[in-house]
Amino acid sequence: MTKAPTLDQLCTFRLGPLYLAIGVLNVREVLHHLEITPVPHAHHAVEGLINLRGQVATTIDLRRRLGIPERDRDVKPIHVVVLSDGEPVTLLVDAIGDVLDVDSFTYEDPPPTMSEQARELIMGAYKLNSELLLALDVAKVVDLYPSSIEPVEI
Amino acid sequence: MDEIIGEFLVESYEGLDQMDESLVRLEETPDDIDILKEVFRTLHTIKGTCGFLGFGHLEKVAHAGENLLSLLRDGKRSMSPEITDALLATVDKLREILASVDETQGEGEPDIDQIVATLAVLTADDPAATTEPPAPPSADAVGTFAFDDGASDTTGSDRPDPVEPVAADAATSVDGEPGAEGDTLGYGIDPAPEGDGEGGAPKKPISLGRLGDMLVTAGAVNRTDVEIAAVEQQMGDLRPLGKILVESGLIEQGVIESVMAAQRSKSAGATIRVDVALLDRLMNLVGELVLSRNQIFQLAGERKDHEFVTPAQRLNLITSELQEGVMKTRMQPINNAWARLPRLVRDLSQQMDKRVRIEMVGKDTELDRTIIEAIKDPLTHIVRNTVDHGIELPEKRLAAGKDPEGLLRLRASHEGGQVNIEVSDDGKGIEAEPLRIKAVDSGFVTAENAAKMTDTEIVQLIFKSGLSTAKSVSNVSGRGVGMDVVKTNIERIGGSVDLKTEPGVGTTFKIKIPLTLAIIPALIITCAGNRYAIPQVNLLELVRLERDDPNNRIEDMHGAPVYRLRGRLLPIVDLREQLGAEPVVRATTNIVVLKADDQHFGLIVDAIEDTEEIVVKPMGHQVKDIKIFSGATIMGDGRIALILDLMGIAAGANLLEATVIGHNGNDVDTTPVDSSHALDDRTLLLLGIGPQQVAIPLATVERLEEFPQSAVERSEGRRVVQYRHQIMPLIDLGPMLAFTDSAFEQSDRVSVVVCSFNGRTVGLAVGAILDIVSHAEVLETITEDSQSVVIAERVTDVIDIPALVASVLPITTTPPAAEDQPSPVEAARPSSLSGV
Repeated sequence: MTKAPTLDQLCTFRLGPLYLAIGVLNVREVLHHLEITPVPHAHHAVEGLINLRGQVATTIDLRRRLGIPERDRDVKPIHVVVLSDGEPVTLLVDAIGDVLDVDSFTYEDPPPTMSEQARELIMGAYKLNSELLLALDVAKVVDLYPSSIEPVEI
Repeated sequence: MDEIIGEFLVESYEGLDQMDESLVRLEETPDDIDILKEVFRTLHTIKGTCGFLGFGHLEKVAHAGENLLSLLRDGKRSMSPEITDALLATVDKLREILASVDETQGEGEPDIDQIVATLAVLTADDPAATTEPPAPPSADAVGTFAFDDGASDTTGSDRPDPVEPVAADAATSVDGEPGAEGDTLGYGIDPAPEGDGEGGAPKKPISLGRLGDMLVTAGAVNRTDVEIAAVEQQMGDLRPLGKILVESGLIEQGVIESVMAAQRSKSAGATIRVDVALLDRLMNLVGELVLSRNQIFQLAGERKDHEFVTPAQRLNLITSELQEGVMKTRMQPINNAWARLPRLVRDLSQQMDKRVRIEMVGKDTELDRTIIEAIKDPLTHIVRNTVDHGIELPEKRLAAGKDPEGLLRLRASHEGGQVNIEVSDDGKGIEAEPLRIKAVDSGFVTAENAAKMTDTEIVQLIFKSGLSTAKSVSNVSGRGVGMDVVKTNIERIGGSVDLKTEPGVGTTFKIKIPLTLAIIPALIITCAGNRYAIPQVNLLELVRLERDDPNNRIEDMHGAPVYRLRGRLLPIVDLREQLGAEPVVRATTNIVVLKADDQHFGLIVDAIEDTEEIVVKPMGHQVKDIKIFSGATIMGDGRIALILDLMGIAAGANLLEATVIGHNGNDVDTTPVDSSHALDDRTLLLLGIGPQQVAIPLATVERLEEFPQSAVERSEGRRVVQYRHQIMPLIDLGPMLAFTDSAFEQSDRVSVVVCSFNGRTVGLAVGAILDIVSHAEVLETITEDSQSVVIAERVTDVIDIPALVASVLPITTTPPAAEDQPSPVEAARPSSLSGV
């Protein structure tokens, strides 16, 4: 059960108390300070839309997606741009960390005690010396309406 | 391999579409050998490729069709309805198998026996064959592909075939066959192993063939030499034309090769296939470039730095040109949407024993490809309906004194950033009365409303779902579903569809659609701190209400806010509420009057900004299912604005269900079924002249303008202004109507109503422009020579503008000083005036 997914190089970032990572190949770029246009009636994790050099990209607040309390107003979030089905999506994180080479032997699946919501998005953890690095499932993070599309209340 | 199959599918579908069209044309002009050859080549190409790819069923069907076609082409058989039917059925069958290949990468187990048998019977049934000399199948059919061998003798009845008489034709045949170029060259030069021999006696005048023509055109050889060579061929020389020429020392082999190579690269290089996704990406990139250009241009303007301004201007020019170019790559002729209609019309009319001729004008009119796709179905539906209901049976047409053959005319043209498509017929038209009864019976309108509606309005009801004009339901149409879908689909792409009909004379559908969906005009508004775009097609008018005006406010009708717009109750929706934002108390209320699916409603917004051309951008899948937004756009400052989907908003506010109320007979005017908001004769523009008020029909009004007194000049003793590069005469309405107040004495600015009729434009100078009212709230007292109405408890004259203008500004002579010494009331036609 401890077979690691094929993540070699990880892009790491901080989100409140969490130290998270996604495969570096998933990340297209990292951006600061973008004007976000809110979208009424969108999924609660959707922060809004941004102009990514002429393309309209959806911005997802990773805190809300993972159910972590809102960040302080004075913390300016950072956009991690990933691709989902060819569409750019940005994930809002608190701070961006280093790109790490991790040993897949240090990987382990999450314990059953982890909450249902988190288990869907967090694939497992790399046991680093200092702390646990949680591996996010990018495809699931950006898929806000898994399986069937929930009707949106207007 | 998949790529090859994909390409094969695209080419084959195109070819089959073309065949559909050609076969229908052939039926009219059965002797057109060029069309026949074209059809033959298409089928042959498909057959060849099928064999190569190992699609046995496809090959079998195509082969059977090809056999029949070769007889037709060689004049051994002439077109008949049965043959056309069989060939069209062949096309259908091929399409069916292709669809299966498309989906499953395999042919499946299609039932091809019947069609092959039908074709075989028609091929075998050979009345002319005995009298004609044994005719060759084509050189075309032979030898291009290895698997062609034996093709011609699969059907038992076929004779062993000698070959095409003029070998030069072999070169002709090849150009329809992609992938065969390699062989082409060999054809001209090497003795063809399949034997380009001489069959019967020479039938044709000396034809140089494609190769000969090419060589002559290229100046490589003179015409006489080629002619001689061609004659030699006809006399029995078995060598190909190129070989004869080379061997006679008239031309170098290398020259022939280079001429043919040039020709090949010409046809191969002229067009290429491009993935649509790539074009879409280019379009996006250009959109981005336009935005960057705008920013740079703005910077350049601020800096006033000449070294910077010049390149910025060049960038500007190039970007515009690039944008235009990329837009063009996405354009396709409308014929792509029309091509399948002749076939459809033929099949339908045959099925219903009708005779219909289809006429197409403006096939080359170009449209964005997404729009072409979007209008295909609505167009098909309209045409289907026209043939089914519109055009009568031949005997009925004869009885009505018409040509027994009905005419269906498609016409397309560009008009100011839009494309007009007309589908008209000379059929029986739509009678309003039965429809009126039916509309009342099925609860669409109350009997009372129905009685008030004009015939034109009644006829528009066919666009309502569930209402059919057909007396009986046929299997083609008449179930009452469809025309509403047509309308919805056309409106979804920002178009409109209109209907004109005259019983006994015919019906015309007028469709207006935008050239492109990528860029649309929109009104930008703000609400709850964000900007939103409203597509201009939905926009009717803007209304502004001041809080302190008790006569002009939003009223509450048991929880439903409404506003009285020209006497009708307009349901009101607050955008803040729709967006889930906090309500606010507003000093002035801005209402955007909108139309969504025939439902008119007012949308309260915080502020109205401007109209802009916006580039529509798709939204990510996380947000695109929100019904009140249809997309997003990037504004000049780089921020994003959401585009409102008015249908979604109307549905979200339960406005669309409101129509149901009407069904129960409780139509409380919240759901105007007719188009009473349209600017017809009953809508009046209310003008103030001093203390008096008069009204003119809004239909004659072109624009409302305001000029400073200094702009008013004199010409021939008359007041004029320069307006849109013309000299526009001004008529001082007050003195004209024997009121004392002149519009020119009131302030330093003059309000002018610009009227346009019969090709003339005049300005009416008035004291004030008050309001727009409709007849719904006026009480008419029309006597024989005057028309006055009561508006806002005041008697108001309705002025007959054309008569008035004709009296003041006769077209031939111009009485001087007409307005300074106002003519008495009689100057205008009496009917236009009456004392107040």
